[in-house]
Amino acid sequence: MAQYMVTESVTEFFSQTGQSVTNGFAYIGSLASLAGRAAYYVFVGPFQGKPLRLQRAVSQAMEIGVRALPILSLITYFIGLILALQSAYELSKLGAMNIVPRAVALSMSRELGPLITAIVVIGRSGSAFAAEIGTMKVTEEIDALETMAISPIHFLVTPKFLAMIVMLPCLTIWANFMGILGGALFGVTQAGFSWLGYIQASIDSLFLRDITTGLIKSIMFGITITTVGCLEGLSTGAGAEEVGRSTTRAVVMSIFLVVIVDLVFTGLFYFVGGR
Amino acid sequence: MGEKNELSLESMPMLSVRDLRVSYGAVEILHGINFEVKQGETLVILGGSGSGKSTLLRTLVGLERPSSGEIWIKGKNIAAISQTELDEIRKKIGMSFQGGALFGSMTVGDNVALPLREHTKLEESTIDIILRLKLEQVGLAGFEYYMPSQLSGGMKKRAAVARALAMDPEVLFFDEPSAGLDPIIAAGIDQLILELKRAFRMTIVVVTHELASAYLIADRMVLIDKGNVVAIGTTEEMRSSSQPRVRQFLDRVAEPEVSRESDYLAMLTEHRRRSG
Repeated sequence: MAQYMVTESVTEFFSQTGQSVTNGFAYIGSLASLAGRAAYYVFVGPFQGKPLRLQRAVSQAMEIGVRALPILSLITYFIGLILALQSAYELSKLGAMNIVPRAVALSMSRELGPLITAIVVIGRSGSAFAAEIGTMKVTEEIDALETMAISPIHFLVTPKFLAMIVMLPCLTIWANFMGILGGALFGVTQAGFSWLGYIQASIDSLFLRDITTGLIKSIMFGITITTVGCLEGLSTGAGAEEVGRSTTRAVVMSIFLVVIVDLVFTGLFYFVGGR
Repeated sequence: MGEKNELSLESMPMLSVRDLRVSYGAVEILHGINFEVKQGETLVILGGSGSGKSTLLRTLVGLERPSSGEIWIKGKNIAAISQTELDEIRKKIGMSFQGGALFGSMTVGDNVALPLREHTKLEESTIDIILRLKLEQVGLAGFEYYMPSQLSGGMKKRAAVARALAMDPEVLFFDEPSAGLDPIIAAGIDQLILELKRAFRMTIVVVTHELASAYLIADRMVLIDKGNVVAIGTTEEMRSSSQPRVRQFLDRVAEPEVSRESDYLAMLTEHRRRSG
């Protein structure tokens, strides 16, 4: 009897694992399919008589990018300050306070700038995509678009996609700059730098590669955030509580996948690009 | 010869459904539906909750793919055509959803103008004239700058009808036109459907469970129960039908109550078996 129960729970374990793996691949598959179709409408559609909805894309860019500036600036300014404090803690023991600007500039532009920007945008826009499209699904507006022969992907997803891959790198550059400014506050008040001297030291320590790898990552983050948010919205079930559930799932999945994408690309740059 | 062709075109039904089966996963919802709608006719699809009438309507406009069977609209089987061809057919049909399904972020005018802006190359001034005409047709003249959230339930439905009319469709579908409206407003929507039928000889398919409204607007009715067509016929034929299931629905006889516990359990298992 005990033997039988063990066998059963082992079988159960493997079938559960198999199920989750299959579901995971299915999810990645639907993400890729949605991203592919959105990319088609952005890059190929305009040449086949399916014009881009620039007006909608611009208003999305306003919402995703410009309206995120105040909160993003504040957060990345503080992150820069924290980075300076943390690195100074160790560097002061070595008497190497002069490399604080380098530490801050590198960690901001290679990693924290893109990542923090992505997380702020997930909170503001990824969740909003899922809620907006999810609500439209519940109120049959998505069905209405389809019966009017208007593709919901072309109409709703593509403008967000375009706005996101343009705005996220822009926000990232701004975030890097604000982070360096945050570090400068510490540098100037505690490490004897002048404002200009600190900024100059930061710029000198950065190679173009440090910035471009961060920007490439941020474009990938943008694609991930839009696709997850829109997919969760489009797969919303019936009822208002489902909209809440999709929104939560969109945020959690986006953060998770952004970290995965970050890991993959950082690894890629390390092994292929020679750091 | 030409005359014969015209004759056959004239007598060809606008919409024809043949042995239509629809499944959600492993559960079959519609088990072989057959009916036809002639040009200029108003067909009412009647049925209780869970009878499959909404699924039928969603399948007719191409929102659900049937597992087998044919749906002929204007000489094309929409169950077996590509997305592009389906979209061409969809430009010639209009659909009014239960809750209106107006886009909340656009004004009423922009809602009505949307299909025109998407599918035609008309000047903005022409579109403006068309949308005013359509809004006037449904009794909403002057409401083009209102947001959908500022309209009452009945007005939202009228606006949705205006949007469905924007592309001058040949077939108009209604999902529960009187759901959630008080009797007076609902009667107004019925009048609107009658006007569309009289003035434009439009082919109309309405899904409803409201008997009063069905008697008023229908030329013919189809009664659906548990995914099957129970009866089909003109309003008079239905009224005088002696089929027990038809009589039960039309006379609003309640389902027999379950009095014994064992019967109740049997009913529950039956229900579970049916819903998978």
